[in-house]
Amino acid sequence: MNNGVPKKQGLYDPAYEHDSCGVGFVCNVDGSRTNDIVAKGISVLERMSHRGAVGSDPKTGDGAGILMQIPHEFLKKVCDESKIIIPCSGKYGAGMVFLPTDRADREFCTNLFERIAIKEGLSVLGWRNVPVNDNMLGKGAKETQPVICQVLVGCGDEGWASPLDFERKLYIVRRQVEKYVRESAIKQKNIFYITGLSSRTLSYKGLLMPEQVRNYFVDLADTDMKSAMLLVHSRYSTNTFPTWDLAQPFRFLAHNGEINTVRGNINWFRARERLMSSPLFGTDIEKIKPVIVEGGSDSATLDNVFEILTLAGRPIEHVMMMLIPNAWHNDKNMDASVKEFYKYHACIMEPWDGPAAVAFTDGTNIGAVLDRNGLRPARYIVTKNGFVVMSSEAGVLDVPASDILRSGRLEPGKMFFIDTKEKRIIDDKEIKERVAKQAPYAEWNKKYSLSMSDLRRVSAVEDVSGNVLELMKNFGYTREDLKIILKPMAADGEEPIGSMGNDTPHAVLSKKCQMFYDYFKQLFAQVTNPPIDPIREEIVMSLDTYIGQGKNVLDETSEHCHKICVKSPILDNEELEAIRNININGFKTKTIYTHFKASCEEDLLNAIDRICFEAEFAVEKGFTFIILSDRGVNVGNAALPALLATGAVHQHLVRKTVRSQISILVESGEPREVNHFALLFGYGADCVNPYLAYEAVKHIVKEDGLGIDGETAVKNYKKAVSKGIMKILSKMGISTLQSYKGAQIFEALGLNGEVVDRCFTGTASRISGADFSVIAKETILRHNEAYAPAQANVPYLQTGGRYQWKKDGEFHLWNPESIAALQDAVRKNDYGLYKKFAALISDQSKNPTTLRSLLKSRQNASVPISEVEPVDEIVKRFVTGAMSFGSISKGAHESIAIAMNRLGGKSNTGEGGEDPVRFKTFLNGDSARSAIKQVASGRFGVTTNYLVNANELQIKIAQGAKPGEGGQLPGHKVSAIIAKTRYTTAGVTLISPPPHHDIYSIEDLAQLIFDLKNVNPRARISVKLVSEIGVGTIAAGVAKGHADMILISGGDGGTGASPRSSIMYAGLPWELGLSETHQTLVLNDLRGRVRLQTDGQMRTGRDVAMAALLGAEEYGFCSAVLVTLGCVMLRHCHLNNCSLGVATQDECLEKRFAGKPEYVVNYMRFVAQELREIMSELGVRTVHELVGRSELLEMNKEILPWKAEGLDYSRLLYKPQVSPDVCTRCATQQTHNIEHVLDREIIDKAKDALEKAEPVTLEFGIKNTDRTVGAMLSGGICRRYGEGVLPEDTIRCKFRGVAGQSFGAFLTKGITFEMEGLANDYVGKGMSGGKIMIYPDRSATYRSDENIIIGNTAFYGATSGEAYIRGVAGERFCVRNSGVYAVVEGVGDHGCEYMTGGRVVILGRTGRNFAAGMSGGIAYVYDESGDFASKCNVGMVRIEELTPIDKETVKYLLARHHKFTDSARAKEILEDFENKKGRFVRVMPVEYKRILEIQKTDGSLNLAGVLNG
Amino acid sequence: MAKDVKAFLKTARRSSEYRPVTERVSDYKDVVIARPDDSSKEQASRCMDCGTPFCHWGCPLGNVIPEWNDLVMSGKWQKAFDLLRATNNFPEITGRVCPALCEAACVLGLNDEPVTVRENELAVIEYAFKTGYIKPRNINNRTGKKVAVVGSGPAGLACADELNAMGHSVTVFERDAKAGGFMRYGIPDFKLEKWILDRRVDLMEKEGVEFVFGTSVGSDKYKTEKLLKGFDAVCLACGSRTPRDINIDGRNSKGIYFAVDYLSQSNRKVSGENISGEIIDAKDKKVVVIGGGDTGSDCVGTANRQGAKSVLQIEVMPQPSESRACDYPWPLYPLILRTSSSHKEGVERKWSVLTKRFFAENGHVKKLQCANVRFIKNSTTGNLEMKEVPGTEFDVEADLVVIAAGFLHTEKTALISEMNLALDARGNVKTDDKYKTSCDKVFSAGDMRRGQSLVVWGIYEGRQAAKRIGEYLGE
Repeated sequence: MNNGVPKKQGLYDPAYEHDSCGVGFVCNVDGSRTNDIVAKGISVLERMSHRGAVGSDPKTGDGAGILMQIPHEFLKKVCDESKIIIPCSGKYGAGMVFLPTDRADREFCTNLFERIAIKEGLSVLGWRNVPVNDNMLGKGAKETQPVICQVLVGCGDEGWASPLDFERKLYIVRRQVEKYVRESAIKQKNIFYITGLSSRTLSYKGLLMPEQVRNYFVDLADTDMKSAMLLVHSRYSTNTFPTWDLAQPFRFLAHNGEINTVRGNINWFRARERLMSSPLFGTDIEKIKPVIVEGGSDSATLDNVFEILTLAGRPIEHVMMMLIPNAWHNDKNMDASVKEFYKYHACIMEPWDGPAAVAFTDGTNIGAVLDRNGLRPARYIVTKNGFVVMSSEAGVLDVPASDILRSGRLEPGKMFFIDTKEKRIIDDKEIKERVAKQAPYAEWNKKYSLSMSDLRRVSAVEDVSGNVLELMKNFGYTREDLKIILKPMAADGEEPIGSMGNDTPHAVLSKKCQMFYDYFKQLFAQVTNPPIDPIREEIVMSLDTYIGQGKNVLDETSEHCHKICVKSPILDNEELEAIRNININGFKTKTIYTHFKASCEEDLLNAIDRICFEAEFAVEKGFTFIILSDRGVNVGNAALPALLATGAVHQHLVRKTVRSQISILVESGEPREVNHFALLFGYGADCVNPYLAYEAVKHIVKEDGLGIDGETAVKNYKKAVSKGIMKILSKMGISTLQSYKGAQIFEALGLNGEVVDRCFTGTASRISGADFSVIAKETILRHNEAYAPAQANVPYLQTGGRYQWKKDGEFHLWNPESIAALQDAVRKNDYGLYKKFAALISDQSKNPTTLRSLLKSRQNASVPISEVEPVDEIVKRFVTGAMSFGSISKGAHESIAIAMNRLGGKSNTGEGGEDPVRFKTFLNGDSARSAIKQVASGRFGVTTNYLVNANELQIKIAQGAKPGEGGQLPGHKVSAIIAKTRYTTAGVTLISPPPHHDIYSIEDLAQLIFDLKNVNPRARISVKLVSEIGVGTIAAGVAKGHADMILISGGDGGTGASPRSSIMYAGLPWELGLSETHQTLVLNDLRGRVRLQTDGQMRTGRDVAMAALLGAEEYGFCSAVLVTLGCVMLRHCHLNNCSLGVATQDECLEKRFAGKPEYVVNYMRFVAQELREIMSELGVRTVHELVGRSELLEMNKEILPWKAEGLDYSRLLYKPQVSPDVCTRCATQQTHNIEHVLDREIIDKAKDALEKAEPVTLEFGIKNTDRTVGAMLSGGICRRYGEGVLPEDTIRCKFRGVAGQSFGAFLTKGITFEMEGLANDYVGKGMSGGKIMIYPDRSATYRSDENIIIGNTAFYGATSGEAYIRGVAGERFCVRNSGVYAVVEGVGDHGCEYMTGGRVVILGRTGRNFAAGMSGGIAYVYDESGDFASKCNVGMVRIEELTPIDKETVKYLLARHHKFTDSARAKEILEDFENKKGRFVRVMPVEYKRILEIQKTDGSLNLAGVLNG
Repeated sequence: MAKDVKAFLKTARRSSEYRPVTERVSDYKDVVIARPDDSSKEQASRCMDCGTPFCHWGCPLGNVIPEWNDLVMSGKWQKAFDLLRATNNFPEITGRVCPALCEAACVLGLNDEPVTVRENELAVIEYAFKTGYIKPRNINNRTGKKVAVVGSGPAGLACADELNAMGHSVTVFERDAKAGGFMRYGIPDFKLEKWILDRRVDLMEKEGVEFVFGTSVGSDKYKTEKLLKGFDAVCLACGSRTPRDINIDGRNSKGIYFAVDYLSQSNRKVSGENISGEIIDAKDKKVVVIGGGDTGSDCVGTANRQGAKSVLQIEVMPQPSESRACDYPWPLYPLILRTSSSHKEGVERKWSVLTKRFFAENGHVKKLQCANVRFIKNSTTGNLEMKEVPGTEFDVEADLVVIAAGFLHTEKTALISEMNLALDARGNVKTDDKYKTSCDKVFSAGDMRRGQSLVVWGIYEGRQAAKRIGEYLGE
């Protein structure tokens, strides 16, 4: 399988491919099989082609296909022609098979197939060659094209009791054939693939583009092809090595999304296989193991598991509920029986967590389910004659509006289900309640399920409070750990916050003893899946965990839920003792001590062997819990690093397939930071008892007071850990701890393969590093230090020095000497002094810190420096990092912009917008306009005018210091000027959500790129990613999404405020990310289309040289620039008390700012000059020639620190071998496909308005492929007139049809869009003063307030304008709206989230979590059913009665709504307003109300301005 | 007390006050009025607890200044003392006489007044003494190893204190009658009262350090051989006591003294020690102090207390600027005009003045002939070269001249020759990077090794040497 994928090489690893896609189905509810369904299904597929992607080869898609009922009539006909005799429908199985092109190999496969079929009592009736037309295939697809056959399998002599029995047998045959071919020696075994083998369904798929499917498979043109349902899928893969076999649909399902937890899910499923049995399979069960086929995508894996669970007897809807459960824990409105079902099944299976829209079918029933976050769009239409079309977008099929019975969307966590036998659509509630009543789940739960409170609490065996200090020394606690990490956790229950980046050595390079945890870095979601907001969207999250013995997954009995439900996995001492002494039937606990002899390095491995053996033995002996304990360390006995012990035992038990039978509890003095816990859970711990951390917290209380008692402090500490874990989960887009456990969402940095394979199997570790002996040595060193005489007597711990530079602490690259040297050099404009600074940074032979510090250049013939590209040219490649005005002061922000403009480089606005005053050049020729305008998730200050005034638009997906997280600017920091540039209200807290709510997947990113390119075609579009394993494949996807430049940020980069654990532990060095990206893009032949940039702790010309040699064309500087302007690394940015006036908004401190643009200019020129010298030595004349020349580098083995002797840079420095015509650096420009957009036509027709500001009225037809309509027009207006100058309604456009995504995006003042029909996602995104009205087609007969009319995430980040929507909107309506006045007749989940301004009137139902994180603006909800309160998140808002002014506002907006959309709903309310106004409630942010009161305004002032303007 | 992160904006720097001039010049008691603890707490709150604490970098000892500032602020004096003691053996001394390199490096000093680090340090240690928190430590784990430390200046004492704490048996040899070296016989009482040294020495004795006074090792009284035989390791910390002389006409006249002799005699007088030899007294004399440094300033203060008729201090280098010049960028210790408490007690100061010759009357100095000089950069070597300004010659009357022109190197004593110690180019004892001299088991530390320096560097050296000796003995 995976034929065609380049093998793993260098840093490229095919395992990190991501995909996401378009998915959909069509169905006749009554089950009637027609050819019409096939035709319609295929056109649905074709209309979603923009959701797929093309690679370097424009004719090779990422895969597309269909799944349908077996078209018996057709097969009968064609089999007859091929002389294959098939019995009647249902009595034979059919499947499409990809066969080797080599004849001998092919025959081997077919013979094998036949033999196994016979052995299993079936017979192969024949092999039918599937006729294909491969003329239109691209090179990539053609080269890897298999021989495609359909195999027809007879049911043999045995009479099958049920069709399902036959289906099962076909499965058993297929699994065996798959396994045998895989194990065989034939050369082309990778080509062999069975797309399915079933008596019910048949698929046609391949490495095709959606529009190629119809022509490629000649069969599909046959009018005898009939089915009642057709499932379609179009794939968008991040890289260009898509393969034939990964095309979807699979056997049962098609998936749009990404299972984030797949690694853990695979392990857990494997861990259950030992116990897996079923009377339906009997002894055959062994033939299908392992169930999960290695090397499959997340979707393929999900299908594997879905298949076995279904064939073992559970109905498909039941299986789907098991695998992708709704967020049931906190749902107040869910039926009790359904909750019990979920609770019961949580004991059997962890959720397969991640963004997912899954369509599934067994040939009779067809359905679709959406993940709990609703992170994929899914729209459907039901017609009056019983036809259903469901797909990722509306408008994929032309359905006359008058035929539409219902226009709907799949809601988060909900299921849409059609039973063609019952000939009806069964709604979510009914289908789930039906499943939930299959068995007495509630009764079982009540009887067998336990909670911690059911256990008898026992106090701890051993009180260690007497020798806390000694133990803390032993476990490597430092004074910093207490002061900086634990104190804030204990005092406030909050995770500690810090600022600036990490400039200390990687654990493997450090000369200080490191905790073993430090060898790992957190991974995080970027682009292909969104992170979650663990605070505002807590409703979808849960830390519940079920411990106890797992049972047979194919069965369900009352005993299956005989587990203990633990609400918080951080156990206190009493809880752990309760489990240790448990005395409840079936439960038994074994404590395994993790000590080893401190005198003997080798004993570490012995100890690992011992604990693994003891754990396995415990399983055999029927224990249900093991406690891995390091209590009792002393001079002679050291503790195994808890993570090493946990990983070793977990992996050992997984390998023995018994892991699910026992729970692993960790009792350790080691874990204290959030990241420690996250790692323990991520590598298999079920619960953790940090007994020493508790004592340390109490110690702090004793020493510091804190004004609380020890118990409260411990409670706070646990709370902080829980919150922190939620945050780490959410960064990866994972909702439940249950799925996170064992999911291994980390990358190792500096561990060798032996350690990883044994204890952290499957974790990436790309530069190798420390082995067991190094780990043993380091552990023993720390252990012995604790007992050394010098340490033993002192009443305090060691310094630490990780967070604050200390003489005797950890090394920092930014230290007093280097900071002072740089400042001296730039102030005196003295290159000699700069070189002294550069030497302090670059000569790391004493303290190697970064990966690049260990690189040196190979000898090469030099060239005279006079021949090297001049400084003036080089500095144009330099940019400064995204530091917002808000995070740094006005003086600093403008100095940087002026300096970069003088140099011809680029400065970056950061996320906070920019004062339009700065767009104008000063009289002296200077300009403070930032060339790069950032577009981040909060969209603060992102107006059309802002976008137009940019040379580059940068989409910030992640930030090095806190990838996967959002941000928050507390109200007290939002000064008047900050509020103005961010288009918000002073004093109101501003929250940046973790994800961009218009980017949940790669195709969404492509859409935003398209949006931005439309609004400002002159700007290049860049995407900022952060280094982690797999960033290369993501970058390939981004390149395919037409980004012009990709920035790979290092995980060490700086920040104005971020949790300390994120600064230290999230993200990887840019060296790895950059090199991986460069290698992957070259291998993909995509490198020529994009430029690469890198940043993160970049300081010197040497750094730049390394970046260039590893593949970057441009280079970003951040902290160093601040240092030139006066920053001395106080690391106080988050405190707003920067005494240098650099990172503060405090007026008094801002005055102390003493930086000058000259300093930045001097610095940049020095760096360029140093680079020139290096280039001269290397014999390279231009930077262009330098890019990607990794062969000029090698590892400097002479300076390797002792722990790092095993480091291996061969993958980092790998240079892919490609043919000479493949570009290895940027050579061409992206094609943005904006030449023929509808806007061109509008602009053409609106000439009078554009040139003379004369009003025009225009009309257009529109379809779903017309995307981002209005953006280019708006950009043009802003460029010409600036912001808000054109009078209202100057350009009036009326559209009819179905609008594509981003309808009316960035619509600026003076433009009015009227839309008759339907619209997709992102309506009015970033609207800046425009007016949008949307109403259903005049011929439609359905009720507008009950049917969906626009998609998700409408008016996201909009700053002003008006919107009137006659119909229901999808999820996340008006997210981060800061000024739009909108009326809508119903919204989905998360409405008005993070809103900071504007007014929203909702005339119908809202979804859950309304107003989460809403800090400004007002929403008016017509609460007819009276249940609004249960759906509103009152974290920041209050539900109140309307004031008289509110009533006027609502009435006025309703009148407008009625006038523009002819809304019956509006009319009905208006006509009886006096009676109905009472049903309105207003949702008022607490903070906003207070500010309005202070300002003595009532919220009506702005109203007049907008409404009359 | 939670830290107010903006305290530095609300509280101004306040140093301790001096006693009124008229009062203080009539005695030799400390010129400083001790600061109340509350004021120290307030001053400590100005510390910004920088992510990169330059003060901590600037301090040769690496005092963890932000950490104990934080503790002082919240009144956790004992914890502050624990941390202070970890890096500094004698905070009560550095807290009084250190020029505070830390304060020069303080980040707040960049655009505001630096934190009063030195005085905070003093507050911590005096609080610890005052409240009896400091008690002689019981050192139980005696190693049985014997170490001799020769010299009881800051380096010798610090070395002894550290080695003693490690469990070694330490004997300190001192040629003078009491311990302290230049701290006792150089620094005047009005800057460092001698009971402070006594208190410390007493503590060290109680902790087991043996002191042998009035014994010059290398003399007949105590042969070098005996030392080498009797101890497992030796640390030489004899200072750098060879003063720099001015070799000009008339130098042989009476009434011209080295500062070290002048100050040492004065200090002995104050503490009631016997004085042998010529009495040097400034009473009613016109005093000229040659040398503008700290020692010179001490001579000025002493002369005033002795009742000098007038005091003139001259310095050959130009007058430094009042604020940091760009040659000494932050966080380096800047060369700036410093005016000590002694200067405020009455002195005329002149810069760029070269002393060309002494004129004597009856063999006793009567007059100095001086001239103004300029320093000009040599365009080829880049070095500054001194040029006399023609026609600026002038005479200065003087009855007593004190030469405070610094020290050259350690004294070439019998100890050095008998041990046959290698010396470095400047004439100081040469060691390897582990403080070991060319003689087996002999180490050296302090000014004797590194040349003339500050007390704080002496302590640093003593600690480092102790660490190395500890390693040596452990092998």
